[in-house]
Amino acid sequence: MSAEPLVVQDVTKVFTSRRRGRDGRRLRVHAVDGVSFEIAPGAAVGLVGASGSGKSTIAAMVTGALRPTSGSVRFGGVDVTALRGNGLRGYHRDVQMVFQDPYGALNPLHTVGYTLTRPLENLLGLSAADAAARVDELLETVGLTPARQFAPKLPHQLSGGQRQRVVIARALACEPGLIVADEPVSMLDVSLRSGVLRLLARLREEHGLSLLYITHDLLSARVVTDEILVLSGGKVVERGVTKEVLQHPRDPYTERLLDAVPNPYAEAET
Amino acid sequence: MSAPVESPRQAPPLLTARGVDVVYEPARGVRIWSVRGVDLDLAQGEFVGLVGESGCGKSTLGFALTRLLRPPARLDGGSIEFDGTDIATLTGEALRRQRRGGFALVLQSGMNALNPVRTVEHHVRDVLRAHARPGERWDRPAARERARELLAMVELDADVLGRYPHELSGGMRQRVSIALALALEPRLIVFDEPTTALDVLVQKAVMGTIARLQAERGFTALLISHDLGTVLEATQRTLVMYAGRIVEDSPSDALRTGSHHPYTEALLACYADPRADEVTLGGIPGSPPDLSLDDPGCPFAPRCAYVQDVCRVVDPELTPLGRGRAACHVRAAEAGLPVPEVERVR
Repeated sequence: MSAEPLVVQDVTKVFTSRRRGRDGRRLRVHAVDGVSFEIAPGAAVGLVGASGSGKSTIAAMVTGALRPTSGSVRFGGVDVTALRGNGLRGYHRDVQMVFQDPYGALNPLHTVGYTLTRPLENLLGLSAADAAARVDELLETVGLTPARQFAPKLPHQLSGGQRQRVVIARALACEPGLIVADEPVSMLDVSLRSGVLRLLARLREEHGLSLLYITHDLLSARVVTDEILVLSGGKVVERGVTKEVLQHPRDPYTERLLDAVPNPYAEAET
Repeated sequence: MSAPVESPRQAPPLLTARGVDVVYEPARGVRIWSVRGVDLDLAQGEFVGLVGESGCGKSTLGFALTRLLRPPARLDGGSIEFDGTDIATLTGEALRRQRRGGFALVLQSGMNALNPVRTVEHHVRDVLRAHARPGERWDRPAARERARELLAMVELDADVLGRYPHELSGGMRQRVSIALALALEPRLIVFDEPTTALDVLVQKAVMGTIARLQAERGFTALLISHDLGTVLEATQRTLVMYAGRIVEDSPSDALRTGSHHPYTEALLACYADPRADEVTLGGIPGSPPDLSLDDPGCPFAPRCAYVQDVCRVVDPELTPLGRGRAACHVRAAEAGLPVPEVERVR
C-alpha cells in the first residue's frame, strides 16, 4: 500500500439543472464551494453535516467519480481530476469506497467469496487460486470467522453488520492507502455500530490506512476521526481537532448538529 | 423485597393486548415466531416507545396492533381489545369502520407509503372518501379544505397540495404521511421508525412535530424505533423488545438510571455524549436467536454478560424491577423475587 497524502485544494462543484430560472438561465447549484483539506498517511478526517451539505459530492470527487468544476484533488503525485480510463482504474487500487447501504452495495446473486475475488482478479490480477486464498485472509481481517463458512454465503444470509463487513473487506482487497467511508454505520442497528467502527479504527492501526469518514452522526465521528470539517451548504463552517470542535463549537450550525444527536443520557446531565 | 411498582396509568386503557403471537410462514413447514405472547396496555393519551434491534418483531407487533399484517405473517393467537372491541377477529367492513377515529400507522419511509403518480391532495382525498361515513360526501373543495388543515397541522405550506412525492424532501414526505394518518382523527397512531431515513436535524424537527401533535390532540402514540435515544427523548414509557418478547417495560425517565434488563443496559451502552472527555462505545456481541427454532430459556442468554444456569432453561416472565418490569432471572433474584430452581425444572 502506498503511504501518500490526499490533498484537496479549493474544490468547487457546480451542478447545472435542466430547469431555468426567471432570467431564462439554467439554475445552478453550488454543491461544494471552495473546500480544502489534507489527509496525512494513517490519519482520519471526518466530513460532517446535514443532508445536502455537500459531503457525498466531496467523496465522489475524491474517488474520481465526479470531476470538480474548479480546484484540485491530488493523491501523492497524482492529479486525480485528470485521470481517465486506466489511470482511474490504477487509482482505485489506492482509494476505495465503503457505502452507506450494505443491502444496495452487494449483488444479491453473488456469494461473498465471489464478490471479494472480483477486485483481486480485476485490479491486482491475481489468479483464481491466489484470489481464493486471499479471500479467507480478508474475511478474517474483518472478523467474519471462520472464513470458510462465510465465503459461500449470499448477502441475504447475513445480518446488516456482517454485510457491511463484507463491503469493508471488498474495499480492503487491493490494499488501498485511503478508504472513503460514506455513512458506513447509519443503516446499522446501534448494537452493531461500535463493532464496525472499532474495525475501522483497528484497520488504521494495523494497516496504516487513511480514512475519509463522512457522516451526520457526530458521535461516530468523535469515535473514528482525529480531525473534522463541519459543512453547511457546500462550505466549511468550522474545522479542527474533533474533540475540540465538539467540546467547544464556535459555529451555531455545529451546535445545532450537536443538540440534535439523540442521547439517552442528555436529560440526566442537565 | 422489590421496590413498589409505580402506580400504573390513571387513564383507562385504550388498547389491551393479551398473549399476542404472530408467525411468518414463508414456505410450507417453515414457521418463524416473530412475536411471542406479548401483553400490552396503552392508556388513553399515553406516548409509549417500542425499541429493539432489526428483526426483533417490533414492526410486526405494530402491524398486528393496527391489523395490517399480510401473509406470510398472521396473527396466531391472543386478543387485541381496542376501546372495548376485540379487533383481533374483525374482518372486512367491520374492521374498516374501526379505522375511522380508530387506529392508524405511519410507515418508516414516506416514499414507500405514498403513491408516486398521485399528488398530495389526491392522497388526502382518497383517504377521506375511502372512509367516508354513510351519507358523507367529500367533493373536491371540501377535501381540499380538509387537506389544507391537515398540512397546516404538520407545518407544511398549502402549496404542497399540488405536488408529487418525488418533488418533496424526505422530511416533507414524512410529514405528509403523518398528515394522512391524522386525516381520520385516530385515537391511536403507531409510528414505525418515522425518522430513521432522515438526517439528524430533520429528525429532530419531525420528532418535535410528532410530540406537539400528540400533546395537543391527545391521541395515544406508539413510537417504534431501533434508536433508544430518540425513544427516551420523546416518550413517557419504553418497552424493550427482544426476539419477539417484551423484556422490559419502564418509565422512560427511569431508564437512564437504576437497574434494568441486561439487554436494555447493553443498548444504553451503545450511546455516549460526543462532547465527553473520553468516549467509549459499547456494542452487543453475537446476534439475536433464530426465531424459527424453539430454544428453551431466556432468548438473550447466549449474549448476556450475567447469564446463569437457570437462564438457559427457563424463559423468564416480566416481574417488577425498580419503577418498571423486566423479564430477567438475574435481576429478579437481585430484587429478592423467587427464581426457579434449575434442578427441579430439569
